[in-house]
Amino acid sequence: MTAKTASIYDWIDERLGLTELAAFARHKTVPVHSQSFWYYWGGISLFLFLVQCFTGVLLLVYYRPGAEAYESVRQITFVMHFGWLIRSAHAWSANLMILAILVHMFSVYFMKAYRKPREFGWLSGMALLGIASVFGFSGYLLPMDELSYFATKVGLQIPMAIPFVGPVIANMLRGGPEVSEFTVQRFFALHVVVLPALFLPLLGFHLWLVQRHGNASPPSEEAKPASERKNIPFLPNFLRKDLAMWLISLNILALLASVFPWALGKQADSLVPAPAGIHPEWYFMSPFEMLKLLGAVLPGESGEIAGILLFTLGIVLWILIPFYDTNKESGQRARAAHYFGLLAVFALLATTAIGYWTIR
Amino acid sequence: MSEETNLGILAEEPGEQNTRRAFLAAAAAAGLCYTAALAYPIYRYLASPEEMALSATAVTEVTLKEAQKLPLASVLMFKFGTAPAMLIHHEDGRWVALSAVCSHLGCTVQYEPQADRIHCACHGGVYNAYTGANVSGPPPKPLTLFKVAVNDAGVEVSRS
Repeated sequence: MTAKTASIYDWIDERLGLTELAAFARHKTVPVHSQSFWYYWGGISLFLFLVQCFTGVLLLVYYRPGAEAYESVRQITFVMHFGWLIRSAHAWSANLMILAILVHMFSVYFMKAYRKPREFGWLSGMALLGIASVFGFSGYLLPMDELSYFATKVGLQIPMAIPFVGPVIANMLRGGPEVSEFTVQRFFALHVVVLPALFLPLLGFHLWLVQRHGNASPPSEEAKPASERKNIPFLPNFLRKDLAMWLISLNILALLASVFPWALGKQADSLVPAPAGIHPEWYFMSPFEMLKLLGAVLPGESGEIAGILLFTLGIVLWILIPFYDTNKESGQRARAAHYFGLLAVFALLATTAIGYWTIR
Repeated sequence: MSEETNLGILAEEPGEQNTRRAFLAAAAAAGLCYTAALAYPIYRYLASPEEMALSATAVTEVTLKEAQKLPLASVLMFKFGTAPAMLIHHEDGRWVALSAVCSHLGCTVQYEPQADRIHCACHGGVYNAYTGANVSGPPPKPLTLFKVAVNDAGVEVSRS
């Protein structure tokens, strides 16, 4: 470092405390063991979220919500140079992000990384997943083609089943009794203003907690004596691998987005019947199928309400796992939590498979 | 820190240093290509309206339907390509078409029939309403004059 750069560094350091930050970063380590692969999935989710922000802003340059929504997406897809690619990347990245978040969540679950002192990490993560699915649902309507129109119509029927307040909530979200340009306008406000405003601080909190507590080791690792556990420095070793994962993710995304461009259907028309084989996106397939199966067992309104109750109960149990699986040792409760996790994975995969099977 | 690296390099075989340099150069070139491959579609995407405007500026002729019915001492504003232009039907029956973009800082100018002049409200530039010549105020150049052909169906304005 020359005297000039050293004095500039000192000037900034005195005000921002760079040396402290560097010292903190030097001491940060990441455990290495047979399950280390799963540590990358939070970072991949973060990367795909950044891609969403970037491509989202690019789409915002030409997208017009309201009555012109479909026309503007048609223009982006077919008139603007590479507009199809930007839109395709946004849609593909959204799906990959949900997938990465789910992998991240299940790896945290099975590594029991939600245990003390990481309860808030789990809770904020669940909230982020919740917001991400609302991102997905609201973004899906914005092109206002046939599929998005019916998906939103059906999706908003679910809150309708809640007794008393259901219709009020549904009408509030829809902006009237029918899905229309008012719905697009408010979903747009939700998608680009309200949800990011909720998501970003929560994401900051989530990441701050990761810094504070470090990566959790699975119980099998924690059982080992400290001398047998291996660690690598975060800087530069882990970060380098993390960035390599980001690059791989970007390449997969670029490949998917360009080889399988996201389609744009016909313009939504409330007088045209729903197309055959219409079905929800894969990440909503499981709840959709569960409600359908329950509806077959318990027909009518009671079935719908029972379905929503059962589903809510499952989600609440899932969210509250840090509070009833607290033991550091692998005891009875820990095993119960493990089986509950396996049951959840099985139920999700099975209902998704049944869902896709019954469409075809 | 820097001393260590210097020693490290000194301890290496000269050939090893060459391969490392070649590797770094290749990696930098690959990274540059990768970034360019990402940046190119984004640039083209954002530049789309500009390119569309370019094809619009290539317009050399505009037909104004029914414009032959324009009353005396009045003006019709229209777009020539992407830029505003004006068709003036003078008191004496003469037809004049001009660019309506002030040569000073690009405001849209206005025809004033009472004074029979073209005036720019932004900085007070004045042009001759027959020739487009800059008469007073800050404009450095005259307004572009177009060719006018009047027929039964309308008025044809073209670049002269």
